[in-house]
Amino acid sequence: MRILVVEDDPVLMDGLKVGLGLSGATVDEVSTCADARAALAATRFDAVVLDLMLPDGSGLDILTAMRAREDATPVLLLTALDDTGDRVRGLDAGADDYLGKPFDLDELAARVRAIARRGQGRAGPTLKAGALELDPATFAARLDGQPVALSRREFAVLAALMERPGVIRSKNEIEERLYGWQEEVESNTVEVHIHNLRAKVGRSLIETVRGLGYRLRGEP
Amino acid sequence: MSSLRRRLFLILLAATGAIWLCAVGWIYSSSRSELERVLDARLQEAARMVHSLVADGNIATAARAPAFSETGYERQLSCQIWSLGGQLVARSSGAPEEALAGPAEGFSQREVNGEDWRVYTILDSDKGVRVMVGDRVGLRDRLVWDLMAGLLGPVVLIVPLLGLLIWVSLGRGLRPLEAVAREIAARDGEDMSPVSPADAPAEVRPLLEALNGLFGKVEAARLHEREVTAFAAHELRTPLAGLKTQAQIALSAGEGATREGALRQILVSVDRAARLVRQLLALAKLEANPPQSAGDSVDAGALLREIVQQAPTPSGVDVSVDGALDGLALRGGREALHLVLRNLHENAVEHMGGAGHIAWRRTERGVCVEDEGPGIPPEDLPLVMERFYRGRHRSSSGSGLGLTIACLAAERAGARLSLENRTDRAGLRAEVIWT
Repeated sequence: MRILVVEDDPVLMDGLKVGLGLSGATVDEVSTCADARAALAATRFDAVVLDLMLPDGSGLDILTAMRAREDATPVLLLTALDDTGDRVRGLDAGADDYLGKPFDLDELAARVRAIARRGQGRAGPTLKAGALELDPATFAARLDGQPVALSRREFAVLAALMERPGVIRSKNEIEERLYGWQEEVESNTVEVHIHNLRAKVGRSLIETVRGLGYRLRGEP
Repeated sequence: MSSLRRRLFLILLAATGAIWLCAVGWIYSSSRSELERVLDARLQEAARMVHSLVADGNIATAARAPAFSETGYERQLSCQIWSLGGQLVARSSGAPEEALAGPAEGFSQREVNGEDWRVYTILDSDKGVRVMVGDRVGLRDRLVWDLMAGLLGPVVLIVPLLGLLIWVSLGRGLRPLEAVAREIAARDGEDMSPVSPADAPAEVRPLLEALNGLFGKVEAARLHEREVTAFAAHELRTPLAGLKTQAQIALSAGEGATREGALRQILVSVDRAARLVRQLLALAKLEANPPQSAGDSVDAGALLREIVQQAPTPSGVDVSVDGALDGLALRGGREALHLVLRNLHENAVEHMGGAGHIAWRRTERGVCVEDEGPGIPPEDLPLVMERFYRGRHRSSSGSGLGLTIACLAAERAGARLSLENRTDRAGLRAEVIWT
């Protein structure tokens, strides 16, 4: 899960990056409206955590602009003002959820998972494909009810494929999900992860589409 | 409660009544004098008529007709013919036996048998008779009063109708006022939009315009308060959110590096919170204490060197204190001056954003500090002294209170704070001016 966090306080920013990272997300951080606009234009995120009060404007403006160009990326607003009127204004501007500062990190992570899930058009908390089931909240993977041990990156690759079964995902797309901007991407990591995954969940589940990428084979 | 409608009603009713009364008085006096004139002429004519009859010798004595009852206006005139010797020769029926008038010719008035008579007398020496024709004055009065009663009768009927009409018309006339009152009464506390004065009558418009002016001021004050509250909430809650998040990371992270990083961030955050608390306390103290009129004077150079030494200076930043400041005695009390200079210095250091030079100088009117930071965007300049306002070029560790405190403390010290962007290069020039 790749998340954009727009927050200008350095300590909170660091906390969100590390905290959401602990719950399996890849976090990109920006601290101004301008950077947020640039990031949103360049990359597709599974969810955006947006602070309302930014140095060069209001987070609401970013949100309004996103919805105006029909960018449906789920957005969670973070704000110090959490009276009802502000919540209503935020939600009516197109936000999917709202959290007042200070918040509980676990709750924030759960809410981000929830809006990201909704953004992918799923209601249930787990991803299912055939006999395989993934729970993004706990990083648990089960094959035929038996737990499978996956590394965090492997889990992310598998989750990216399982979110849209049958759809081809390019290597680039998968890399984007794995790494933030600052992280060095090794050229063959995705191949390595796919190789390991096939060994763990079965060779037939992940199909390589030559020249395009990978996809999860539909129901057998 | 005084009602405008009742007040207008009473005034209008009193004015109408007064006009009616004047009209009645005028009609009374004019019709009375007209009546007198007409009746006198009739008396005169009747007297001549009787005299001519006597002169022709047609009547020697009047026939004694039976007396009529004297209701109504019958038998208004009474006639007597006297010989010059004082004998009553003839009289009309109903005329008293006593002489109606004295011996003189012309009009006269006298009381006979308890009644006032108006009499015209003709003296005819040739015939030796004196003809007197008289009118009862009481009858004349009754005539006038009956006339007046005829006029006043309808008034008694009309007055309640008029009152009702005035009352209803006032109700209709005051309806725009009620409409405005209803519109304002129906608002909730949030609605501060102006009342539309377009269809309001000219008399109500000044009131509406005054009200709209007030609404505008209240709205502006409320917006300002909301903004300050929003900034304050952001500045106070964001560090708490950071602390809590880092604490939760420290609790849940098993790895050494992550936990250590989180704990280090907690330390940073606590330091910032401590500074925020110090600034809030300074602000509260500044607001609570009245300005010190005569504080002791302080040596600018010594105070600045002390402040520069105490404040942490980031590497790459060097601070110079102008030698001309040594020996410059600043008025306003040590505590206030310390707050002004320290907060300006911290502000300059915070916004350096790398290596550079901060210069404290002596100016004609006080002291100034120049930094090499990004300066303040012109549109932010009037706002940066507001509580918790942090402009576009906010520092990562500021609270939005430093310049507020510097500004308030400068006022306490009898000076004012002037902020402007440097013209020679990017940076802010903050001057404390004593006038």
